Amino acid sequence: MARQIYEAIVDGILTGGVYALMAVGLTLIFGVLDIINIAQGVLVILGAYLSYELSVRAGIDLFVGLLITVPAMFIIGVVIHWAFLRRLRGRERTSMTLLVTYAVALIVEGILYKVWGPNYVQLKASYVNSSVHVFGFYLPYIYIYGFILAVALIVALYTLLYRTRFGRSVRATMQDETAARLVGIDVNRVAALTFGVGVAVTAVGGMVYGATSGGFNPNSGYDLISRLLAIIILGGLGSIGGALAASIFMLTLESLVDIWSPNWAIVVFYGALVVVLVIRPTGFFGRQAVRAQ
Amino acid sequence: MSTQRTAQAAGLAALAAAAIVFPLVFTNPVVTNYGVFTLIFVVAASAWNVFSGFSGYISLGQAVFFGSGAYALGIAARDWHVSGDAVFALLPACAAVGALIAVPFGLVALRVRRHTFIVITIAVFFIFQLMAYNFSFTGGSTGLSSPFLNWHADTYNNPFYYITLACAVGMIGLAWLIRRSRFGLQLRAIRDDEDRARGLGVRAMRVKLAAFALSGAVTALIGGVWFYYLTQVQPSTGFDPLFDLSIVLMAFLGGFGTIAGPVVGALIIEPGQLYLTAHFTNGYYSEILLGALFLLVVLFVPRGIIPTGGEWITALRTRGRPAVTPATAPPPPAAAPPQAAPSPPTTAPPASRSPSTPGGSR
Repeated sequence: MARQIYEAIVDGILTGGVYALMAVGLTLIFGVLDIINIAQGVLVILGAYLSYELSVRAGIDLFVGLLITVPAMFIIGVVIHWAFLRRLRGRERTSMTLLVTYAVALIVEGILYKVWGPNYVQLKASYVNSSVHVFGFYLPYIYIYGFILAVALIVALYTLLYRTRFGRSVRATMQDETAARLVGIDVNRVAALTFGVGVAVTAVGGMVYGATSGGFNPNSGYDLISRLLAIIILGGLGSIGGALAASIFMLTLESLVDIWSPNWAIVVFYGALVVVLVIRPTGFFGRQAVRAQ
Repeated sequence: MSTQRTAQAAGLAALAAAAIVFPLVFTNPVVTNYGVFTLIFVVAASAWNVFSGFSGYISLGQAVFFGSGAYALGIAARDWHVSGDAVFALLPACAAVGALIAVPFGLVALRVRRHTFIVITIAVFFIFQLMAYNFSFTGGSTGLSSPFLNWHADTYNNPFYYITLACAVGMIGLAWLIRRSRFGLQLRAIRDDEDRARGLGVRAMRVKLAAFALSGAVTALIGGVWFYYLTQVQPSTGFDPLFDLSIVLMAFLGGFGTIAGPVVGALIIEPGQLYLTAHFTNGYYSEILLGALFLLVVLFVPRGIIPTGGEWITALRTRGRPAVTPATAPPPPAAAPPQAAPSPPTTAPPASRSPSTPGGSR
């Protein structure tokens, strides 16, 4: 039993790292654009299918394939922002952006069904099937590699945000869009690039998800997006540290409950969200401003 | 003005008559089937609009009520051994279940606003779907079946048609009454600026919760009818994310926050969706089309058909002349306060109601 718990915690932390990467993209988009990208979940699945296609058709290794899929997803993100989100203005903007991204999710899901069909597929590679023996249990290499990659990318994102000129303009836009405009920041460009970066991380998330989840199909996006939404709300919308903490917390909690009953693990996931919000409506690290209507 | 009133009344009467004779003229069950589903969505979209359209809190968790109503009816009919036409007596119980679920749901969710509220409604929706899958009394993934109705196949749809028609008329009347009432005004005050409304003495939580419970009760009621019509419910059909999206799209297409908007939206979208589902066996075509339609609506008629169309009609009738007589035309009384534009409230452009516009800027 003790070993099971130990295993669940390790498992939760490792998968939590990958969820953290996807959630950081989502919360970054919210912070800068005041948009919740409902399409994030299905874009993760699109990223997974791109990796699948590259590895099956062209025989490119999953990790090497990221060099192609990450820029591809970045471009898709910029295009979505340019075509649909850029021109939304006015008082119903919040609900409009949610509905637009929901519609984008539907269209992408439909296209995925058309191209790849409803059958479950899984990403395969030597390191997906072989495991390393640590602390008395077996752990597939992909979990460790995925975790390391996710952590590296989060560090890179952090550096981008806090150590570069672009990052400074992103943070300025997050704090106060009007003031950022006044000091000469091209807010539209920052918004487009942020949306692109937020979507680009789904390529990595999708690859690791596709290799570790035991199979995915176009419909898997709903499950993912609802978890990611729960994570970023729990962490506090727009808070990157909050997204990290909430991912690790939620995924560990889920894998612990999973020992007791796999069916109820996901209910606990949403239940925890509701309980936390009753106590703290802004989440772990939320800013008060998030509540303003 | 009175001729316009008469014309409106005559139009409504003609619509009602057309709705009543519809199943007698089109006796084909395939056609009446379209009618029943469309009316179900008219009710669901109007119920959504009474809460979300009036208060501005977008709920993507209405399927919680829809599915709960269906399951409540199924479980009650199974455990109490109700069969035959007597099942319809259980419909008020469905509404009660919807309201009972809405109260704790609302007490948690209505504490937060905007995005967070929407996301909580999605989370609660998934909790309910998972509960329907995992509890034993809901029948797991096989779901529930309704008691068999010994009706003739040719006219089987007609009683359902009239029940849903009655629900639709009742719901539209209710929405109309609420919009004219003090309660409706409070809801719209919350939508425009909740903090200011609270400052003016609106008990925001109580008002929001009442609208949420009302909307939930009606949605659960129609969910019960839907279940009995379809004779079965599974967790994936009773608690369907596309249901939420469809009713929101209907309301937005017709006109968010108007009375006729959700009705018009449902009348356009639901038959279209049924047609597509019947003609393309691959579900993804209707999914892509629904999404594309949604994008077109939001990008090109963001305020919906009813407000935009109303403006076009006004522009056509007045042929470029301003719809309202300018304030200078009648000589104002000497001590009159700054002229408040005498525009009818329903056609006032939303910009004039924007909270950021300071009052009296004209």
